[in-house]
Amino acid sequence: MAVLNSAHIIELIRKEFRLEFRQKTALAGILLYVLSIVFIGFLSFRGGIRPDVWNALFWIVVFFAAINAASKSFFAETRHKSIYNYTLYSADDFVISKIIYNILLVWVVSGCAVLCFGWMINFPVQDFSLFVLILLLGGAALAGSLTLMSCIASKTGSSYSVMSLLSMPVCIPVLLIVLRLTRNAIDGLDMSVSYSYLGGLLIIDVIILSLSFFLFRYLWKE
Amino acid sequence: MSSWWWKIAGILLVVYSIVMGFLGEVPRLDILNETIRNLYFHVPLWFAMLVQMGISWIFGLMYLTKYNPKYDIVSSRAAYVGGMFALPGIITGSVWATYTWGKPWVAEDPKLQGVMASMIVYCVYYLLRALIPDAQKKARISAVYNIFAFVMTFVFIMIYPRLAPNSLHPGNGGNPAFGKYDMDNNMRLVFYPACLGWIVMSCWLLNVMSRIKKLEYKKEFHEEII
Repeated sequence: MAVLNSAHIIELIRKEFRLEFRQKTALAGILLYVLSIVFIGFLSFRGGIRPDVWNALFWIVVFFAAINAASKSFFAETRHKSIYNYTLYSADDFVISKIIYNILLVWVVSGCAVLCFGWMINFPVQDFSLFVLILLLGGAALAGSLTLMSCIASKTGSSYSVMSLLSMPVCIPVLLIVLRLTRNAIDGLDMSVSYSYLGGLLIIDVIILSLSFFLFRYLWKE
Repeated sequence: MSSWWWKIAGILLVVYSIVMGFLGEVPRLDILNETIRNLYFHVPLWFAMLVQMGISWIFGLMYLTKYNPKYDIVSSRAAYVGGMFALPGIITGSVWATYTWGKPWVAEDPKLQGVMASMIVYCVYYLLRALIPDAQKKARISAVYNIFAFVMTFVFIMIYPRLAPNSLHPGNGGNPAFGKYDMDNNMRLVFYPACLGWIVMSCWLLNVMSRIKKLEYKKEFHEEII
């Protein structure tokens, strides 16, 4: 097993950011996606929205926006670009940079969703620190599995719908725990109630991130 | 696996468990009553499915280390056999639930949610295999998805029900249904052979399906797999 090269990882992450800021349309597209879904949500629930419905709606928006955001991490790679990458970087460096970048991206997307919800619908969360913790841990878990799924989906050579199809069932455990935790945060329950769920989420985080890391090297090269 | 005695043993065990499952003595318990006989059918079918999914996972791992097509054949066939055993498993469970819980599917139950999620995962796995035309690529990518998905469903079945301890399912909390059912020794005499019998039958099915797939492979690539 090759030793990780931190210089390469940082270089790759910087490359992703530079591409992102150079194009701008991709990120703006995702943020617009979030905004328009939340607007549709606002229009559909005219008479105010119950906290449990808010919870479900919020995570559905975040989940699909995250799928959108993560899917372009490999769909954007052309064949020539990936051959170029094979010669420069090892699979481990490459996947770590992708995972870190996707985690940051999902965090940005969920932060944006929080803003949109607070602006257009409402923000019923009472325990804000717990909610932020859930967003960080849940976002990392989603990004970890979505990175691997987007790589698999891009290898099948078929459309974006395969990507959401692949990632939905493997994300169900994460989503269920996160929904349960968010309900606690909305009700402002005592932290001690949520410890077991947070522990479960942390375990799932570790499992997902390490699995994506170890499995990626079998996918990368053709 | 060319010997035949284990196949005979499997048939005998399953026939024994079916006959004794319907005719044997069972304890009279409240609510459960005669439905406790479902223990001889539902639980062994699930065990056989879990064994097949486990085999599929292990052979998926072996494929990724060796890249030998025979591992991929066994891995994918085991996933199909597992699916075949899941179907009667769900049906027997639903029939049982109709008479004890009052309805065939209780969607709030963490255990049933786990079952549903893992069924979807394996359906997506079959779909993924159908989507990729190239044989080698198909084997590699589906092995990766299989490994990831199996671990996730395992997590889902083992961790989630422990966090949400309000399951109606007997033996809840991720533990198999041994103590809770108040099984007496009479029942164990049927239950254990039933588990063993169904697992042996699922392995036989796997054996046959893998051999068919190997022949198809030979026909397609003019290359024998040992």
